[in-house]
Amino acid sequence: MSIEIKNVYKTFGSFEALSNINLKITHGELVALLGPSGSGKTTLLRIIAGLESPDRGEVIFHDENQIPSQVKNGDVGFVFQHYALFRHMNIFENVAFGLKVRKKNVRPSKAEIEERVYKLLKLVQLDNFQKRYPSELSGGQRQRVALARALAIEPKFLLLDEPFGALDAKVRKELRTWLRRLHDEIHITSVFVTHDQEEALEVSDSIVILRSGKIEQIGSPDEVYNKPKSPFVFNFLGDVNLFHGRIQEGKAIIGNVDVDSPEHTGVSDTSAVAYVRPYDVEIVRIKDQGIAAEIQYIHSTGRNVRVELKRIDTGTLIESVLDQETYKSLNLLPGETVFLRIKKAKVYVDDFSI
Amino acid sequence: MNRYSPNFTKWIFIGLVYFFAFIILILPILIVFQEAFAKGISGYLESLQEPDTISAFLLTLKVAAIAVPINTLFGFVAAFTITRFQFPGKNFILTIIDSPFAVSPVIAGLIFLLIFGRQGWMGSFMEQWDIKVVFNTPGLIIATMFITLPFVARELIPLMQSQGKEEEEAGILLGASFFQTLKKIIIPNVKWGLLYGIILCNARAMGEFGAVSVLSGHIRGQTNTLPLQIEVLYNEYNSVQAFTAASLLVFLSLLTLVVKIILEKNIHRK
Repeated sequence: MSIEIKNVYKTFGSFEALSNINLKITHGELVALLGPSGSGKTTLLRIIAGLESPDRGEVIFHDENQIPSQVKNGDVGFVFQHYALFRHMNIFENVAFGLKVRKKNVRPSKAEIEERVYKLLKLVQLDNFQKRYPSELSGGQRQRVALARALAIEPKFLLLDEPFGALDAKVRKELRTWLRRLHDEIHITSVFVTHDQEEALEVSDSIVILRSGKIEQIGSPDEVYNKPKSPFVFNFLGDVNLFHGRIQEGKAIIGNVDVDSPEHTGVSDTSAVAYVRPYDVEIVRIKDQGIAAEIQYIHSTGRNVRVELKRIDTGTLIESVLDQETYKSLNLLPGETVFLRIKKAKVYVDDFSI
Repeated sequence: MNRYSPNFTKWIFIGLVYFFAFIILILPILIVFQEAFAKGISGYLESLQEPDTISAFLLTLKVAAIAVPINTLFGFVAAFTITRFQFPGKNFILTIIDSPFAVSPVIAGLIFLLIFGRQGWMGSFMEQWDIKVVFNTPGLIIATMFITLPFVARELIPLMQSQGKEEEEAGILLGASFFQTLKKIIIPNVKWGLLYGIILCNARAMGEFGAVSVLSGHIRGQTNTLPLQIEVLYNEYNSVQAFTAASLLVFLSLLTLVVKIILEKNIHRK
């Protein structure tokens, strides 16, 4: 099943939740809708599910052979953020629900339903839990029941709303690798909503980044991470340092250093901002080869060392991440003055330039 | 002994609770039975056979049997509508549902008298079609319905609000029809709250005095419910019969309380 979203608009009162959304989700893809809260990602998911109707625009479905297809209730697998398990039904009844409510002529026999439910409980590693009630399970187990329940109806596509949002860090990591493996096994078109960029980058085939109801960028994890189209995307996908400077003939000049910015070769003398990831800020001891900065704090966090610095010329705070070896060889101490070099930067022309 | 509640304070508080419960709750009930049995068991049984008391008892059951189901249905529909849909005037409805709690029952009775009475707004219309509301059973039912309207809705609104609509949405997306969702998800999720609301509503319906008193006309054996019959008998200084009738009402209340205790146990188990 492929999903095409065409010119979708949605407002709640005076709040514009979605504005002119156009998106194609191809068959068998695992897509992440990523954005900060209030960006409209859950609204978009609910519109795809048919739980909300768009003010304008439409959602069109095609089957594997590109033939337009109707989607009814009972075709959509939806996993709610807070699981929405039926509290008065046990796990077996929860998973079997979608099959039991079918009309007589399309309902599987009792034995078939049992077989399918036990197979799914095995798939989500919850065999022998069928008699338990949702309140007796942990968050991670409930989440997997919700997934089994959604898969029981053999949905045409699977929608997940912040599927791991309410779980603790370790369970979250386990479940997302597990989801990725599951998707590789059953290859069902899936869309999931998340505000966790790490989750989106790790699990999905393609990421849709939303900001205030508009699509900011669509692309593979590699594309959005390495070629962010806007400062917002760059910022949202990880920690970042901002260096203000000027662009001259394909180079961004910041203080007394310059960085290559090949996409701006035609631009001459414009103010610009360079976005630099902490691990692209290099610390050196050689004077006059970088931007002078004073070390303020050093946090050793396992494999990496995070150094907080203050630029001597402008007073801006800079964060640098280095590995343990480099850190040891440099022998850094708080209060020292060192020099910063920029290994790689993404340069955007300043919005306020004339 | 823990630091927060030293034994001394603890026992003073427990003593106070028992003292007030006994003086205000238990003693009056005991006195009802003492008075009812003032002329022995034979006197009590004789009073029970008083035809007007029997008809008042039956009328009370009849009024409750009609008013409670209607209010249950209304309460459920209102709670569902208020917690699931956005519509203009929602806050107004929420406020107005509570008004029977705020308005004195006597005033409520008078309002209905003004509407349905012979000189009332609908008086000539009612006379033309020979419908008798005032001083008749329908009037008693309407008054009781007004007084007990909020109970079920008030019980269900916070419950449905806190449960949210995600389970219903999950049911619909899994292919359930609205009636399947209603039967298998919505009602089972609120069933204890619903029953609790019905019990409170029923207790109030059987005990209602003020509004019913205005609309009844006190026709013995015809429009007197148990509370009204008790008053009539008492005013005639017929205290054994009055307290016998009162004991019937107490039995009905005790029955209600027993059901409530059983339900509460179930609520806590869930």
